[in-house]
Amino acid sequence: MTAEDVAAIEAVGMCKSFGGTVVLDNVDLSVAEGTVFGLLGPNGAGKTTIVRILSTLTAADSGQARVAGHDVLSNADRVRGAIGVTGQFSAVDDLFTGEENLRLMADLNHLGRTAGRRRAAELLDTFDLAEAGRKPVSTYSGGMRRRLDLAMTLVGSPRVIFLDEPTTGLDPRGRRTMWDAIRDLAAERVTIFLTTQYLEEADHLADRIAVLDHGRIVAEGTPGELKRRIPGAHIELQFTDPDALRAGERVLATASANWDDLILRVPNDGSVAALRRVLDQLDVAGVEIAQLSIHTPDLDDVFFAVTGHRSSDAAAVS
Amino acid sequence: MSALNYTVTDSTTMLRRNLRRLLRYPSMTLMLVGMPLVFLLLFVYVFGGQLGAGLGHGLNGGRAGRAGYLNYLTPGIVLMTVAAAVQGTAIVVAMDMTGGIIDRFRTMPIARASVLTGHVLASLIQTLISLAVVLGVAVALGFRPHADAVNWLAAIGLLALFTLALIWLATALGLAAKSVETASNTPMFLTLLPFLGSGFVPTASMPAGLRQFATYQPFTAVTETLRGLLTGTHIGSNALGAVACSLGIALASYLWARRLYNHREAR
Repeated sequence: MTAEDVAAIEAVGMCKSFGGTVVLDNVDLSVAEGTVFGLLGPNGAGKTTIVRILSTLTAADSGQARVAGHDVLSNADRVRGAIGVTGQFSAVDDLFTGEENLRLMADLNHLGRTAGRRRAAELLDTFDLAEAGRKPVSTYSGGMRRRLDLAMTLVGSPRVIFLDEPTTGLDPRGRRTMWDAIRDLAAERVTIFLTTQYLEEADHLADRIAVLDHGRIVAEGTPGELKRRIPGAHIELQFTDPDALRAGERVLATASANWDDLILRVPNDGSVAALRRVLDQLDVAGVEIAQLSIHTPDLDDVFFAVTGHRSSDAAAVS
Repeated sequence: MSALNYTVTDSTTMLRRNLRRLLRYPSMTLMLVGMPLVFLLLFVYVFGGQLGAGLGHGLNGGRAGRAGYLNYLTPGIVLMTVAAAVQGTAIVVAMDMTGGIIDRFRTMPIARASVLTGHVLASLIQTLISLAVVLGVAVALGFRPHADAVNWLAAIGLLALFTLALIWLATALGLAAKSVETASNTPMFLTLLPFLGSGFVPTASMPAGLRQFATYQPFTAVTETLRGLLTGTHIGSNALGAVACSLGIALASYLWARRLYNHREAR
């Protein structure tokens, strides 16, 4: 086999139940080496269970999975030698400093004293933690902890990295920094398996996205392919009276009206040109609008498009 | 490097990690070693005069009153020190298991045994230091063991074995606990066992039902053996009982802990 046709992650027919509740229902996955794979789904869809199975923490009830060419069950130690995992729960030692945490990882990766120290210093630098390196982790902010967490995962230079919701709970700035770090890794052709609740995040980072719903993969493709299936992008126009709404509906042929709330929904790709066109048409016809809002597709729209139902925790999705 | 080498290297790394954590979190160790010291002072100075008067000859190491009671009590306090110290084991094990870091360790190619080995060895060192402190205080208060070198060696060996047994038990309790709070409570019964045995008063003075329990529970055999080795009281069949109990507890707890550790599922 050559490097190009090796799948870094290959899973067939993964099933998993916890006490009678089906969590994974026949999941197939294939992630090509050196690519970023985004697994998109709401809380409880089974994302973490998939990460746990692929990272040898949990055994699937049935099905097979190979990571970096090794079976996760029969060859777990080989898999562990090739992967790095940053879970949803912070996996850092609070009583240690950032530097000590990294050195612990270096020792456990058998890097040797000198090489270990060098690697720790290097990663502190890369993740902008050099200054905080000698402070206990208990004093770190949420974003710093996540960065340290990821840095610890990288000490052993893994070829396949699992990131389970790496930005959940981070502020926008922390999220940006994390995205940059993930992009840098992707540039080094490390295979990245990323789970997220945010379509925007998967869109920004992933080469391919799979949508997980109630333990089943309901859609898969490139971000572009997936977004084409979403009719979610639209402009909402709020009117003050039914007459204006009627006039607006006449002007904009593709719009659909909501008479109860006096809202006109106009499909739109979100571009400024398209928005100006809509406003120009309304202006020419002399139709007054009270308010305007632009809606870009989010996870809930993806869900609605591929499953026909809303994700259970739409409120938590931005 | 061979697999065995990795086991040693990784266990040493984990041991260093746990010892460093103990140093960063000294309040727990101080509290755990403080408890037997408080009981030592309380029983010697508050109850000691009265209790010492009631001790039969041959139990007080040849000294009368309070001084005699101190001689009788010290082995019991020593075992209470072990029982108190292993509460810390359960707490730190549970802290690890309920936190995220254990999943990180389990996804790394490290020797599987090293996580628990590191905890057990660190606890063993911590407990032996606590024992040295408590024994030192007892000597400062007037405890006068008349053990020769062989007796001391045997006493230290027995203490290390019994400590190891309780540490494995506490490790299993820490693994079984769903939270750190639970883990800090479940091993607490161990600190009561020196009372419900021959740690503080001879079991012969207890009422029938309690006396039977007190005579045959593991702490009594270990207390009596230790007391015999340090102060020359009669040991008899207790030595065999002490070693057998310690080995039994150690083996059963080790197997239980290993099972819990290997079969641990997703949170």
